[in-house]
Amino acid sequence: MTWAVIRALLSHWRRRPFQLVTLLLGLSLATGLWSGVQAINAEARKSYGEAADILGGGGLTELVRQDGAPILPQTFVAIRRGGWLVSPVVDGWIEADRGRVRVLGVDPFSMPAGTPAAMAIAPQDLTTMLGRNGVLMADPVTATRLTGLGERLQTGEGIAPGLLLADIEAAAELVGQVGYDRLLLDPKQPLRQTPLNEIAPELQRRAPETAEDLGRLTDSFHLNLTAFGLLSFAVGLFIVNGSVGLAFEQRRPVFRTLRALGVTARRLVWLLTLELLAIALVAGVIGIFMGYLIAAALLPDVAATLRGLYGASVDGALTLSPLWWLSGIAIACLGTALAAASGLIRVARMPLLAPAKPRAWAMATGSAMRWQLALAGHSLVVALIGFAFGELIGGFILLGGFLIAAALALPSVLAVLIVAVARLAKGPVATWFWADTRQQLPGLSLALMALLLALSANIGVGTMVASFRTTFTGWLDQRLVSDLYVTLENTADTPALMAFLETRSEAVLPIWHVDAEVLGGPAEIYGVVDHPIYSENWPLLAANPDVWEQIAVGEGALINEQLSRREGLAPGDPLLLPGGWETTVTGVYSDYGNPIGQVVIPLPVLIDRYPQADKTDFGVLVDGDTEPLKRALSEDFGLPVENLVDQAALKAFSLSIFERTFAVTGALNILTLAVAGIAILTSLLTLASMRLPQLAPVWALGITRKTLGRIELIRAVVLAGFTFVLAVPVGLGLAWVLLAIINVEAFGWRLPMHLFPRDWLWLAVLSLAAAGLASLWPARQLAKRPPADLMRVFTHER
Amino acid sequence: MNARALSLILVCLALPLWAQGFAGLGQTAKDYALPDPDFRFSFPGDHGPHPDFRIEWWYVTANLTAADGTPYGVQWTLFRNALNPGGAPGDQVWMGHAAVSTPEGHLYSERLARGGTEQSGVTANPFSAHIDEWMMTGPDLSEIAVTAQGHEFRYDLRMSATGPFVPQGKAGHSVKSEAGQASHYYSQPFYEVTGTLELSSGKVEVTGQAWLDREWSSQPLTDTQTGWDWVSLHFEGGDKLMGYRLRDNDGSAYTVGTWIAADGTPTPLENGELMMRPVEETRVAGRDVPTVWDISLPARDMSIRVAAVYPESWMGTRIPYWEGPVTVEGSHPGQGYLEMSGY
Repeated sequence: MTWAVIRALLSHWRRRPFQLVTLLLGLSLATGLWSGVQAINAEARKSYGEAADILGGGGLTELVRQDGAPILPQTFVAIRRGGWLVSPVVDGWIEADRGRVRVLGVDPFSMPAGTPAAMAIAPQDLTTMLGRNGVLMADPVTATRLTGLGERLQTGEGIAPGLLLADIEAAAELVGQVGYDRLLLDPKQPLRQTPLNEIAPELQRRAPETAEDLGRLTDSFHLNLTAFGLLSFAVGLFIVNGSVGLAFEQRRPVFRTLRALGVTARRLVWLLTLELLAIALVAGVIGIFMGYLIAAALLPDVAATLRGLYGASVDGALTLSPLWWLSGIAIACLGTALAAASGLIRVARMPLLAPAKPRAWAMATGSAMRWQLALAGHSLVVALIGFAFGELIGGFILLGGFLIAAALALPSVLAVLIVAVARLAKGPVATWFWADTRQQLPGLSLALMALLLALSANIGVGTMVASFRTTFTGWLDQRLVSDLYVTLENTADTPALMAFLETRSEAVLPIWHVDAEVLGGPAEIYGVVDHPIYSENWPLLAANPDVWEQIAVGEGALINEQLSRREGLAPGDPLLLPGGWETTVTGVYSDYGNPIGQVVIPLPVLIDRYPQADKTDFGVLVDGDTEPLKRALSEDFGLPVENLVDQAALKAFSLSIFERTFAVTGALNILTLAVAGIAILTSLLTLASMRLPQLAPVWALGITRKTLGRIELIRAVVLAGFTFVLAVPVGLGLAWVLLAIINVEAFGWRLPMHLFPRDWLWLAVLSLAAAGLASLWPARQLAKRPPADLMRVFTHER
Repeated sequence: MNARALSLILVCLALPLWAQGFAGLGQTAKDYALPDPDFRFSFPGDHGPHPDFRIEWWYVTANLTAADGTPYGVQWTLFRNALNPGGAPGDQVWMGHAAVSTPEGHLYSERLARGGTEQSGVTANPFSAHIDEWMMTGPDLSEIAVTAQGHEFRYDLRMSATGPFVPQGKAGHSVKSEAGQASHYYSQPFYEVTGTLELSSGKVEVTGQAWLDREWSSQPLTDTQTGWDWVSLHFEGGDKLMGYRLRDNDGSAYTVGTWIAADGTPTPLENGELMMRPVEETRVAGRDVPTVWDISLPARDMSIRVAAVYPESWMGTRIPYWEGPVTVEGSHPGQGYLEMSGY
């Protein structure tokens, strides 16, 4: 018996394979996007965890100098001789291909046993690592970025990506530092010790760096991805809901017959649940593979972004846990349950021998719409609470609440809009068209909500990216004042370079800097010379009126917006800098694309306070073409060509990093829109089969099938058009939240919002085309429907 | 022995007499100074380091007794190991081992330090050896304060010698194999000790006897020697015996030693004169280690049974070995220390 029922139920899919395909496609697409995003996030978190573990000495408390200066070797010795088991760590950065690489120097002799760094060093490498010229270790991918180190560099597994592991002496030499950045405190100390404040009062204990620190920095990025994943999943569920609804609707006669033949409602629901479960499992597996492909395709870009933006290293290769696979399947089942619940309940409650009422299924009552509107109101309240709460997570609550409210309110708003337009309609066909459109709204509303979400996300994210691009390019133009950027091989060549450029250029501007820790966070300290080009070109967000005069006399410091926001610093505030000296903030400048703090001080002060500063970079002002000077520098002065970068190339490079950053966003955007298109298609297909009773009288009144088909197509396009019009303000709201709240919280800079109506126009065409395309097939089906089908509506008492 | 420890041995080899694969002690000593049979000790200079040689140690073991008669054993050791020939301070690696053998268990700790800093080092005059806060300081090596600590123990001992320094082997040239591998080796077996142990159960005042070994070499073992069993014994009559058995991987052994009369006069023992036979093994740290020995020296009518006071005296350090106090019964009763490696 059961088997017969199953066969009867399954015969439906045999007759409508396309429906099965859309169902599987919707579900697997939703699962795929969700699992893909999760996989990327998980991979990134894992990499952060590894990095933080190895950097933080596996959760050991550290000793650092309060002023951020290096701890001298003799201090280390004094502490050891005071009975403290401490192990020194050198932690710095060196330049490598495609960004910086973190150098971690450890002391294998005193490293507490069981710490990740101690574990990462293979026993056979220990002896070769020791000393100033010892072997350096990196993972294979990072090793390819470190081309200048020659045979000293060896690859090893288990070293966090983006990290160069070395003996403490070699590391100190590489980063050009005397002394150690911190001392790890062994958790098992000997019985008696001299108090630390007697040996080294300048040291303080600090909790270890954890994965959360890096995680916090990159939170926004992952939240972004997660939000996109969730959005895609929601949109995918609309498809599933449409397909399942259609399948249930079309099988209504079968259900009735089965019930009449004695199959209990309970058994029917069970079997349908089983069927859905099977579909969900198949779609889940497909979805997981899609997710894997998506993640694998996007991960290199994500890794590049995270490295470029945050200096966070993420492994380029995916390693997935069984939990991830299981959660993918689970989310597919959950999604199916969510999408099919209402259909199943209806089957369970279907009275035996009830006349099929397909229209009623599609008709939402006025009360349902009111209920939805009330829910929209609640979402808006949640959004406002999120806004009031502030911080990153508040920003995302605001974003989510706002989007959900907009989506929920859509059917009501559309209904009002249609009523308003209908008043203007002239002639019976037009009047019928609007009335019929309004009647169809409930059946289409889910798909339209999906479209609204996809469109507003597109507009919002598009506006943010484009605003960012506009601001960033403009800012680059101002910021990159020098025509040519020169990097010396050796600091000793500085006087020669100056002499060489004396007559060949307008001015030479040293761009010397030192990487340091400012107020407990990673930062760069730059020195600038007194040159009018800075005061004329450098856009400052806030500054003392005499900021450049002060720089000229060797006083004051400019800080970037990130540091200013992070520490709440404004012009006039005191600023404590590494080495234990204090200066005054005289100005704040915008510094897009840089996740870490930056301080600009007068060059003589930099040289005086930080003799270890990197003094090899110079900007050169040239009157006219840079090519002759470039040639002279490489041919006559003997600098390698790669050490000469002109402004245009640097700009192109910066923009390419920027583009790569948003490549992932763009890809997800397009996928979401595609999913919304499929949602519309499935909804229309569902409706088309039930609408015959409405269309038959219109046909009987003399409207040809062809015209009816055209009307169907127009309707879909009109509804998509309305939705698009509504999506614009929602999208702009989204863009505002992203720019003014999320960006400030996440990156530390605020961007002005620019509008790009031409992009919207393009999107409008795209969405109308998608809707038209989606309705093309149902419309054609209608146009080709045998008249007998329409006639039958009148003969059947339904 | 796990791979990790193996590699570390390459860094900081240097226990007395490790065998073959151990610690590279069987490696060639190219470019390092080599022991010279004609060399004669000159004190206090030779109490200090000899960085031209590859390995060197200052090795103190003490048999101590509390007022209630509870026996304790204490070890204080500093090893120097050169990573490269030439004697540069930066090429030296220092390693300290400290241990207390107690009725509650064997407590030990290990320290490592790179050379060229004040973290560890030895000066001859005034004598001072240290690694981190562990110290062995005198005015001179005959009158020293010895202290070390770990997470669960600490000791502060004063040792004063009642006899002379005793050269081992032939005037301090100690041969380790038929092939001629050798070291410079002298001892101070005449320390009287007083001091305090600090254990989890509280402070314990102790008195007793201690023995210092000083040895330096560049290649003391042959490729085929796999480990050794070493004893330093204080007999009740005041005589002392140092003896060890170097095990070869073919099952044979090279056994040498020195009989030290109560006045400090040494008599070197030829290979085979001293006989050491394991009697009973103890399972410790996953290995079977002989903790009871029958030792005989027919030339002196000596036939004794040497038994570990605490058979669990295992040093689970980077190079693991057994080291602990022993009781001596038989023709020459007394006490002493036993060290066994390569098990």
